[in-house]
Amino acid sequence: MSAEKANVKKNKAFTMSSLMRNQIFIPIAALLLLLLFNLIADPGFFKITLGYNSAGNPVLSGYLMTVLDNGSELAILAIGMTLVTAASGGQDISVGAAIAIAGSTLLRALCGTNTRPEVLRMPVICAFLISCLVAMAFGAFNGLLVSIFKIQPMIATLILYTAGRSIAAWINNNELPIISDPKFAYYGGFIPGIPIPTPFFIMAACVIVTMLVLKFTNLGLYTQAVGINESSSRLNGLNPVFIKWLTFVILGLCVAVAALIKVSRLSSINYSVIAKDIEMDAILAVALGGNALSGGKFNMVASIIGAFVIQLLTTTLFKFNVPSDALPAYKAIVVIMLVVFSAPIVRSKLAEISKKMKNPTVKEVA
Amino acid sequence: MEKVSTKLKNMTDTNLLLTITIVVFILMYIGAVLFQGKGFTKPQAFFNILNNNAALIILSCGMSIVMITGGIDISVGGVTALVSMCCAVYLDYHNGNVAVSMLIALLIGLAYGLVQGFLVAYLDIQPFIVSLAGMFFARGMTTIVNTNPFNVENADFVALKETRIIIPGMGSVNKLGKYVDAYVEIGVVIALIVVIAMFILLRWTKLGRSFYAVGGNKQSALMLGINVKRTKFLSHMICSTLAGIGGYVYFLHVGSGAATHAQGAEMNAIASSIIGGTMLTGGVGNIIGTFFGVLSLSTIKDIVSSAGLDQAWWTGITIAAMLCIFLVIQSVVMARKKRAIRK
Repeated sequence: MSAEKANVKKNKAFTMSSLMRNQIFIPIAALLLLLLFNLIADPGFFKITLGYNSAGNPVLSGYLMTVLDNGSELAILAIGMTLVTAASGGQDISVGAAIAIAGSTLLRALCGTNTRPEVLRMPVICAFLISCLVAMAFGAFNGLLVSIFKIQPMIATLILYTAGRSIAAWINNNELPIISDPKFAYYGGFIPGIPIPTPFFIMAACVIVTMLVLKFTNLGLYTQAVGINESSSRLNGLNPVFIKWLTFVILGLCVAVAALIKVSRLSSINYSVIAKDIEMDAILAVALGGNALSGGKFNMVASIIGAFVIQLLTTTLFKFNVPSDALPAYKAIVVIMLVVFSAPIVRSKLAEISKKMKNPTVKEVA
Repeated sequence: MEKVSTKLKNMTDTNLLLTITIVVFILMYIGAVLFQGKGFTKPQAFFNILNNNAALIILSCGMSIVMITGGIDISVGGVTALVSMCCAVYLDYHNGNVAVSMLIALLIGLAYGLVQGFLVAYLDIQPFIVSLAGMFFARGMTTIVNTNPFNVENADFVALKETRIIIPGMGSVNKLGKYVDAYVEIGVVIALIVVIAMFILLRWTKLGRSFYAVGGNKQSALMLGINVKRTKFLSHMICSTLAGIGGYVYFLHVGSGAATHAQGAEMNAIASSIIGGTMLTGGVGNIIGTFFGVLSLSTIKDIVSSAGLDQAWWTGITIAAMLCIFLVIQSVVMARKKRAIRK
């Protein structure tokens, strides 16, 4: 930071380029662009109203609240995905299927074989811990394939991607339990008296824990070291196999938290639809955060902002009455534009052009 | 000399994985015949596997080429859906003719290859992200073109769809005691042509060898004087064009347009390529293996569904288990090879 400031003082012309070189610039620029677009198109996007839901509790509503609400599980997944990406240089495409498994486990633990229970069989927290264990076990399975068998992460997780939703259906014998206890809906909705959606608090807690872990342990340093050069990190006394495996287990934990929110929103589950395509969104969040998808250095804050940018984009498109099936087409165009803009080759070309425009008199030196 | 020896090593690798695949397929088919009984002994059972998977064979060929070059393309399923929807709308709503609809399919494939190839090869963006966006775009565009699924009733098209190629001497006697000829659909012929063409391309042309070289080691390929960017570009070009053709074959098989068509086809294509011995790390692979990969994948699906485990989840779980086994085999083979080199 201080070096950056010194740089600014030295030469004001460098401010823009140093800002552009900062990793967090990409997601924030995207965020501002989207917000600006919404401001011009319809300022009503920013309106937040305080209303009351059917239970008579105060609720804040508005498009921005929707972004905060629905972006939460994406941000939670982005935390784990960033670590996995950094350490293994690949992505986990099974998170959506793993959410289905974790959610199914949660419901199975709460309901047993009775699909319409009057009373829950155990406190939600116990069921959540069980689903955490299951999700971490599946994460460990993915991690095992990646770290010990050295299979590319995307393909190793293809296994769970193919089987995950089937396993989820199998856990509950293909039945769809519905929980009528209103307290269970708090995790994905609103706690009485608090007008801000609960997922936001869960997300904030996760982010704070992650930040503390990254600050007080060497996890961040080690994952980056393994991602940048596996053999040299081994020569330096790290255990790359364990660290890679650990990132997948952490992602499993993130999946369990996201599953709790997802299942709580519906108080039920739909195996083939729950968290559909969320793996793509989570990967895009990491990419938008400017993190190299080939591993190495990462910036956690940028990923989390990236997750909210993706959600903002989704919400904006919904607002303009884009049908949900056509949504991906628009998303794809935006993503391609962002990726092209952030590609190193394009950026260096752009920098060259801007340099030429600033100093037209300087002759090219071959 | 160096080049020859590395090529030799790669070839033995390819052959080893290919042999494993073919042996597994034959064992599986024999197992199916033994345990499931008569259904599988009829030649038509085998031809039905081909009929149902002609499109997947074509998609997997393209996928193998991209994977041999070291990339990946997960947009093929989306392209298939887009092609079938566009052709369906053109044929039915605009009263088009069949030849032009084939052209449309090819053009969609070519356009996809052009854009994706350019982004991957010349702008150096990860192929996974590019084709992910491509898949999103194709699926979204399909619903924009037309939301509701519908059957095509264009007379010429239906005639083409119903065309059966009869294979002499392979027929069987059905339950009523009547002799029924064995047949394949037109799509199978196209698929076989594609398999042969791609096999020749990979085995005996300069371009095919440069695919292996780029996938094996980009740096050394560059030093050998291979145009790495152009090779990557062409691999994506071929894959997407084949996706366009495969999309039309799929369309010819199902005869309808729907946004949900070919859901998960990209994953099946990747799985078939892997089972067929194509290495994800690039540089190793064989089209014949891919062909048998598709057959193995669909045989196991057939076995699962005819074994009475018809609950939907068993198919997913068995395919995943099979994929898992093959991936572990690959990884063991790679580890052994590395150890051998070190010695």
